[in-house]
Amino acid sequence: MLQLGLSCLLLLLHVCVVFGTELSFELPDNDKQCFYEDLEKDVKFDIDFQVIAGGNYDVDCFVTDPQNNVLYNEKKKQYDSFSHTTTMKGEYKVCFSNEFSTFTHKVVYLDFRHGDEEPLLQSMTRSTAMTQLESSCVAIHEILKVVADSQTWYRLREAHDRTKAEHLLERVTYWSIGETVLLFVIGIGQVMMLKSFFADKKGSVMAAT
Amino acid sequence: VCAAVLLLNFLCSSVSSLYFHIGETEKKCFIEEIPDETMIIGNYRTQLYDKQREEYLPATQGLGMYVEVKDPDDKVILSRQYGSEGRFTFTSHTPGEHQICLHSNSSKFSLFAGGMLRVHLDIQVGEHANNYAEIAAKDKLTELQLRVRQLVEQVDQIQKEQNYQRYREERFRQTSESTNQRVLWWSIVQTLILVAIGIWQMRHLKSFFEAKKLV
Repeated sequence: MLQLGLSCLLLLLHVCVVFGTELSFELPDNDKQCFYEDLEKDVKFDIDFQVIAGGNYDVDCFVTDPQNNVLYNEKKKQYDSFSHTTTMKGEYKVCFSNEFSTFTHKVVYLDFRHGDEEPLLQSMTRSTAMTQLESSCVAIHEILKVVADSQTWYRLREAHDRTKAEHLLERVTYWSIGETVLLFVIGIGQVMMLKSFFADKKGSVMAAT
Repeated sequence: VCAAVLLLNFLCSSVSSLYFHIGETEKKCFIEEIPDETMIIGNYRTQLYDKQREEYLPATQGLGMYVEVKDPDDKVILSRQYGSEGRFTFTSHTPGEHQICLHSNSSKFSLFAGGMLRVHLDIQVGEHANNYAEIAAKDKLTELQLRVRQLVEQVDQIQKEQNYQRYREERFRQTSESTNQRVLWWSIVQTLILVAIGIWQMRHLKSFFEAKKLV
């Protein structure tokens, strides 16, 4: 019975400490997309967003707290980072708006992190001091997290640049084909028109004499 | 009893995750750019707005969500219907942008009553998808061994990401070289076309005027 109670308690403890979500989504033109999160009081959360594809690679973003006070409001940003510690418990909202764009849809990457990282095993939450080996492991873990974050950053930047380069290739191809057609049309058209001028004149000359 | 405790854990764990609203026939898609051989675990939970109690309550059993996952080559790798709460897992076999799409399977309009469905979604990628408690139990690892195991998994993920970066850079380089070549060839061809058309125009007009005895 005691064991059951203890394991229940441990499982419930596991609940209190949570992680984060990162995802990329497509934002159609003239659209707004909101994400919500229920947070406790005095919880630090970080929001990172980047526009990976579409138009001028910018988006409007605003963050509101449960009482609809605006915590962060930026227009036409390409990427940004926002940190805040909650002052009240409730539903926090992050919204992205593409309403200023008439026909380009955007792909936005969002990373919402809150709370502390959960411990690896329930039993690791004890408050006794860690051995040197454990401290080293924790230090390496933190550094590797930074490495992984930096890789994500570079991956997003690369995706952005690659999308631009692919757009450029497409535009160069279409423009080449278009200009070839235009050249032929103009070249032959000019000659036809010129011939038609002289044909008329000759007709009027014949009529006069 | 074990099952009840696990269920409680599952329900409690899914309390806090990012959520969004989805319309009845709306399809929400998320893109995950991941390297090769990476596991993704997605958990979702749905809630329906109850007008009488004016709050969001867990959705009824009949309401399910259809989950569709496409790989970078637009091939469907997962296409399944889950209940009002579900958990989907897949492993990538090609590196690139995978698309995870969710839409509700409700055909009865009255179920939504004109409101929106609230979907809690949590997506864990790669090393974050590992359940260390399970690994510790299965391989009988001590705490220190588990910590080192986590470091090994993290480094593994970093290495996969680096391989993916190499692959992406190659694609980028190919695109740039393609563009360069096309611009080069187009300039040469355009010059030739211009010169050819100019010569043709002059010769054609000359013969035209000679025929009309104007030259």
